[in-house]
Amino acid sequence: MADWSPFSWARRLRSLGIVGLNQRNLSYINAHNDRSLFPTVDDKLQTKLLAQKHGINTPTLLGVIHSQVEVDRLDALTPEGQGFAIKPAQGSGGKGILVIQRREGEHFLKASGVWLHRRDVLRYLSNLLSGLYSLGGKPDVAVIEGLIEFDPHLARFSFEGVPDIRVVVFRGYPVMAMMRLSTRASDGKANLHQGAIGVGIDIDRGRAVRAVQYDRPVDVHPDTGKPFRDLEIPDWPELLELTARCYEMTGLGYVGTDMVIDPNRGPMLLELNARPGLAIQTANGCGLQPRLDRVLAETALRAPAARVTFARAAFATPPERSLPRAG
Amino acid sequence: MKLPRSALLWVAAILMAAGVGHTFYRHLEHDVPWFPGTTQELWDVEAMIEFRAGGEPARVRLAVPDTQTGFVLQGENTASPGYGIHSEHRDGQRYVEWTAREARGAQVVYYRGQYRTDPQAEPAREVQPPDPREVIWSPPLQTAANQILRGAYQESADAFSLARAITARLGDSEDQNAQLLLSEFEAAEAMVRLLNQAEVPARSVRGLNLEDGRRRQSPIPVVQVFDDDNEWQLFFPGEERPAQSEFLLWERTGGPLLEVEGGSDSRVTFSMLKTSQPITGMPDDPSLADAVFNLTIHSLPISEQAIFMSILLLPIGAMIVVLARVFVGIETSGTFMPVLLALAFLKMSLLSGIVTFLLVIGFGLLLRQALAHLNLLLVARVSVVIICVIGLISLFSVLSFHAGIDIGLKMAFFPIIILAWTIERMSILWEENGPREVAKQGSGSLITAIAAYSVMALPWVQHWMFNFLGLQLVVLALIILAGSYTGYRVSELWRFRPFLQEGARG
Repeated sequence: MADWSPFSWARRLRSLGIVGLNQRNLSYINAHNDRSLFPTVDDKLQTKLLAQKHGINTPTLLGVIHSQVEVDRLDALTPEGQGFAIKPAQGSGGKGILVIQRREGEHFLKASGVWLHRRDVLRYLSNLLSGLYSLGGKPDVAVIEGLIEFDPHLARFSFEGVPDIRVVVFRGYPVMAMMRLSTRASDGKANLHQGAIGVGIDIDRGRAVRAVQYDRPVDVHPDTGKPFRDLEIPDWPELLELTARCYEMTGLGYVGTDMVIDPNRGPMLLELNARPGLAIQTANGCGLQPRLDRVLAETALRAPAARVTFARAAFATPPERSLPRAG
Repeated sequence: MKLPRSALLWVAAILMAAGVGHTFYRHLEHDVPWFPGTTQELWDVEAMIEFRAGGEPARVRLAVPDTQTGFVLQGENTASPGYGIHSEHRDGQRYVEWTAREARGAQVVYYRGQYRTDPQAEPAREVQPPDPREVIWSPPLQTAANQILRGAYQESADAFSLARAITARLGDSEDQNAQLLLSEFEAAEAMVRLLNQAEVPARSVRGLNLEDGRRRQSPIPVVQVFDDDNEWQLFFPGEERPAQSEFLLWERTGGPLLEVEGGSDSRVTFSMLKTSQPITGMPDDPSLADAVFNLTIHSLPISEQAIFMSILLLPIGAMIVVLARVFVGIETSGTFMPVLLALAFLKMSLLSGIVTFLLVIGFGLLLRQALAHLNLLLVARVSVVIICVIGLISLFSVLSFHAGIDIGLKMAFFPIIILAWTIERMSILWEENGPREVAKQGSGSLITAIAAYSVMALPWVQHWMFNFLGLQLVVLALIILAGSYTGYRVSELWRFRPFLQEGARG
C-alpha cells in the first residue's frame, strides 16, 4: 500500500472486482430480485414446501406448530429416542434454532450435552411463536425437522454444529462458494464476524481454496487442528446442480443458497437468502464482479445441469491459487 | 419497470435546476438576503384570541401596540372570517375591534403585527400619566410598605431612582418586608401601590418578552413610572430586565388587554418569530396563487411557521444520515433515530444532549435487563420501556433542576418512543451479538447525530432552509443521486483491506 489515498484504494478494489454493499444492493439485489418473491425465501417453511414441489432435497419435515394451542403436539411430532431441530420459520442468521440430539420421554438432550425438561422446550416454543426470534417480532411458526447426520469427513472441520455450504447463484449459475465452520471463538455460531471460519471453495472441484478467520488466512482449524487443504466436499456436482435449480424454483436472480451434506441422503437445501453477504469474497480471496459480469454476458438459455458445467469451467480456481495438496 | 440510470440523472437535474432557480428568484425578486444578519431584524407577533360565542352579537376588542421606543410597526393584518374589523385610538392606546351579528360555538380570531427593531424609533403619541390612587394596605402590610418606602426614599432623588430602589428591594429575597408584600400581591401590583403611596404616578402595563419561535406566550405585567415632566420609564419588578430590543410593550395605558362581549371563556395568547426578511419579501396581501407560486411559508400563521423551522431542517438531517450510511458505512441503531436526536440536541445544547442521551440509554439498558426476567411479549415489553424512559427523564429533570443545572427542563424534547425502541433493539443486540456490537451501533448513532446537529445548527443553514424553499428540492436531488451510488463505502475499504495488502505483496 504505497499510496494511502482512499481513492486509490477504491480503484484497487475495483480492479480486483470486489463488490461493495451499495453495488450489491442496487445492481444485483434490486435489479435481479423481484420484491414480491422475497417472502418465499424469508419464510423457511414456504421455502421448504416450494423445494419439495420442485423435487429439491431438504431435511425431513416432521411437523409444524402454528399456534400456542398446538404446542402439546410436540410429543406426537417428535419420535422417541431420536433427534430433531426446531426452527423459527422467519428467524434470521440462525437465531432461535434448538437442536435436540435425543428425546427420552420428558427429557430432551441438547447438542451441547445439556438435558432440558419438557416444560423448558414448551416455554421456548411459546417464545418462538410469539415472535421472539423473528424480524420485527412478528408472530411466527415453529418448523420441526429431522436431524441432519454429520458427514464424518466434514464434521472433523467443525467445532460444533453442522457445517453448511453457501453458494451464491446468479441467474441460475453458481458463481462462488464458501463453507462456514463454527469455532470455539464463535461459540458454535457460523457468523464470520463472530470468529467462525470461512473456507473458500473451488467451484470446479469442491476443494478448499483458502480459509480465513477474522479476515486473516488460516491453515488449520484452530479447535480441531485439521488442515484445510484436506477439505473436499463430497457429491460436489450434485450439490451445485441443486443450487442451480433454486433459480427456477424461486425466480430470484441473485440468491445465496445454504446447503448441507447428509451422508445418507446427499446434498440438501437448508435455506435461501435473498440478500447474501459479501464475506464470501474474503473467504475466496477474489472478487465477485468478474464472475457476475461473465454470467451477464451469457444470453443462451441453459438447463441447470448445463449451467453447472459452464460455471465449473468458467469459474475454476487456477491450480497456482489453490491450497497445495498433501500427496 | 425500472427506469434507466439516465432517467434518474434527469430527474435529479430537473429538481436541482428548479430548486436553484427558485432560490435565485427569491433572492432577486424578493430581496431575501443570502446570509442571515445582513438586514434588519423583523419580529412577527401574532395574537390568537379564542372564545366561546353564544349566538348573540359578538364584539371583541384587543389592545394593540403602535410604533414605540425601539420598534417600528411595519405592517399588520387580521384573520377572522365573518367579522367586521375596525381600529381606533382611545386615551393614547390603539385597539382593534372585531364585530359580528351572530357568532356561535368556538371562535378564533387572529391579529398579526410585524415590528422592525430600530433603536431610533419613538412613539408617535404621548400618553397621559394616571393620577396616583389612594392606597390602603392591611395593617401588617402597612408597616412593611412603610419600611420599604422609607429606605427607598432616602436612597433616591426622583421618581425613577425611587422606582429603581423599590425594584431592587422587591427583587431581594432576603428582604422580609418585600417578601411579606409579595405574598399578598404580584410584584408589579405591589410596586404600583408603593409608588402611588409616594404619590408617584405609575401603573401596571403589559408587554411581551420576544423570543424566537415561542408559541402560546402570555404577556407579562411591568410597571410604567412617570416623572414630573410626564416622561416615563418601564420597570421590571421580580424579573430580569430584558434588553430594549427584546421587549415589546403591548398595552401601555393600563387598560384591559382584551374585552369580549357576547362570548365567554375568552383568552389571548401570543406567538412570535424573528425573521431577517426585508420589507419587500413580505407580501402585504398574499393571494392564494401568490402563496403557492412563491411557496412561501411566511403566509402561514406564526405559530405554524415556528413548527416549520424545525421541520424544514429535517431534510438536511436525513441527507446527513444518507451520506453517513451510503458513503461512510456508519452503522446506526434505527435509521433516522440520529436525526431526531440531532433535533433534540438543537433544542438543548450539544453537551447536555449527549450526557442525557448516554444516561437514558445506559439506565434504560439496565432496566431492560431486569425486565428480561419477566418474560413479556414484545409490544408489552417496549411499552414498559417507554414508561421507564419517561420515568428516567422525569427523574433526571428533577435531579438536575435541584442540582441547579438548567438542562433538565428541556429533556422532554427527547424522542421518547424512539429512545425506547433504541433501548429494546440494543438490548437484543447485546444478548445476540455482544456488547461490542452495541458499542459500535451506539457510537455510530451518536456520531451521526452529532454530525447532523453540527450542520443543522449552522445559522446560515437554518436561514437558507427556512427562507429558500427551493433548496429543499436541491437536497432532494442530492439524496436521489446518493441513492444511486454503487461505489465502495469508506468502511468497506477497511473491511476488504486484506485484498489491498495481498495485492501489494503479490
